[in-house]
Amino acid sequence: MKRRRFEENFFKGIMIFCFLLVASSLGFILFIVVMKGLPALNWAMLTQTPKGGYYLGKEGGILNAIIGSIYLAGGGTLLALILGLPIAFYVGVYSRKSKIADWVRLSLDILWGVPSIVYGAFGFILMLSMGMRASLLGGIITLALLELPIMTRAMDEVIRMVPRDLEQASYALGATRFETAFRVVIRQTLPGIITAILLAFGRGIGDAASVLFTAGYTDRLPGGLLQPVASLPLAVFFQLGTPFPEVQQRAYSAALVLTFIVLIISLGSRWLSNRLSRFAHE
Amino acid sequence: MNNLKTAKQLNSFPKKRSLLRLSRGSKERFTDKLFLSISLLPVVLIALLVLALWLRTQPIFESQSLWSLLLGQTWHPIKKQFGFLPFIAGTVWVTLVAMVLSVPVCLFSAIYLSEYARPSTRTIMKPLLDLLAAIPSVVYGVWGMLAIVPWIQKSFAPFMNKWLGYIPFFKVNNPTGFGIMAGGVVLAVMVAPFIIAITYEVLQAVPNGLRQASLAVGATQWETIKFVVMRQCLPGVIAGIVLGASRALGETMAVLMVVGNVPQLPTSIFDAAYPLPALIANNYGEMLTIPLYDAALMGASLILLLVVLVFNILSTLILSRIVGRTWT
Repeated sequence: MKRRRFEENFFKGIMIFCFLLVASSLGFILFIVVMKGLPALNWAMLTQTPKGGYYLGKEGGILNAIIGSIYLAGGGTLLALILGLPIAFYVGVYSRKSKIADWVRLSLDILWGVPSIVYGAFGFILMLSMGMRASLLGGIITLALLELPIMTRAMDEVIRMVPRDLEQASYALGATRFETAFRVVIRQTLPGIITAILLAFGRGIGDAASVLFTAGYTDRLPGGLLQPVASLPLAVFFQLGTPFPEVQQRAYSAALVLTFIVLIISLGSRWLSNRLSRFAHE
Repeated sequence: MNNLKTAKQLNSFPKKRSLLRLSRGSKERFTDKLFLSISLLPVVLIALLVLALWLRTQPIFESQSLWSLLLGQTWHPIKKQFGFLPFIAGTVWVTLVAMVLSVPVCLFSAIYLSEYARPSTRTIMKPLLDLLAAIPSVVYGVWGMLAIVPWIQKSFAPFMNKWLGYIPFFKVNNPTGFGIMAGGVVLAVMVAPFIIAITYEVLQAVPNGLRQASLAVGATQWETIKFVVMRQCLPGVIAGIVLGASRALGETMAVLMVVGNVPQLPTSIFDAAYPLPALIANNYGEMLTIPLYDAALMGASLILLLVVLVFNILSTLILSRIVGRTWT
């Protein structure tokens, strides 16, 4: 009995240790990013573009990357929403429990695990075949492909939670599936849909590998859909590699800004979904 | 009179509101067709990904066979020698080290959360894991460069070299700190939220009656976990680990920043390596200037995609059977 109790306590101790290890690694990462990024961050950093070459230029800030990232992730999220909402409605409302819905779900799950560098390579091929060069549009399309499975599966999960009775009631009143989807289901699931959108946006804004091929990089503010555009993850990646401490400062502050945006989105979407779902149930 | 007017208004109401001036029935049929065709996009996209990469890889087979490509050790784009073996080896090494570091910690954490932790701990853990999963890979890379690499260089590598250096596996041939170990540590933290979340879900799917039966015959809680719960959900846990491994395989930026990027066959966990995603990301710039280079890099993407697809399909099928729904 003594041995068994020891074993019990021993493994419980290991588990608590492992749990604390995982939890503290988050704190460790945030600490490093804040410690390096905060001293580098100032008003000029956030409101100026780099002056003279992202690799050599020692003055200026990261405004180009901030704006570029918002354009890229915003556009990608919008495109993913335009495609994802109909898919989520189709598998959740129009064609519930059909073979097609199962196949679509399975393929979305598989797509969700495809590495972003593969999306980047695919986007690159797509752009070559259309005769485009690295541009905002290319980045948006690639990010939309990357975000589509994440957003759609998250929406699908909340649409599944809608009570079957509610839909039945809507059909019983003579509503079509279109009306049920856009008048009843969307109202019931709005918090979840917004959470899904924010989740996808957060993934899109932090992804570097897919925009590396397709969006390019520039020191200027985004000029148009067919112009190359800077992004925060790439600003971190490129500027960290320079030998100049001044330029590295920009990388640290870009990393801090990116982390901040992503954390706000993650916490905000959680808060929003808690708050809105409370209203939805009342 | 007044009532009639309202009735008239009501009658004309739907007409004015319908955007495309479609009747309700045709709107229904139209969106049904439209949504169905959009829904086929994910299915088509998978095929399209494979097909596009395959077509772009084709040119390289003119000069090299598949086996010389996969098992070749020399990487000389200008001499048209594209041997993927060092890169495949690098990917495998980094992924294995990451999984060895991550899996035990993740399993124990997930078991703790599912079997021991109070509900309040669980409610804290969910957002915490979400945050960990939300941190961009570039930020993980920054963390790795600033914290993990110097730590390996200054303390961990010399320590291991001193005590275990006679084993080639732990020998330090590369004093920079950038290498497989650094990549493995960073990846281990990156995949942790996935593995914990999936394992937790699988553990929760085990019927409570089984636990109660085991406890009722006098087993301790750990014995219940060891002999009953883990037996029950082993396939699911393995599927979760495979899914985590496929995440690790394809991870680009964080690994690229800390792994050293030397195309060689590593012999020690402190050696530098050059995984496939890093190869693709590092060389996209010059790939159109050297003949066949782009085909080789697309081939690297194809290898990556196929491995990840196989991993994902298997684990998704297993998980969907256990948890009742697939994991997102």
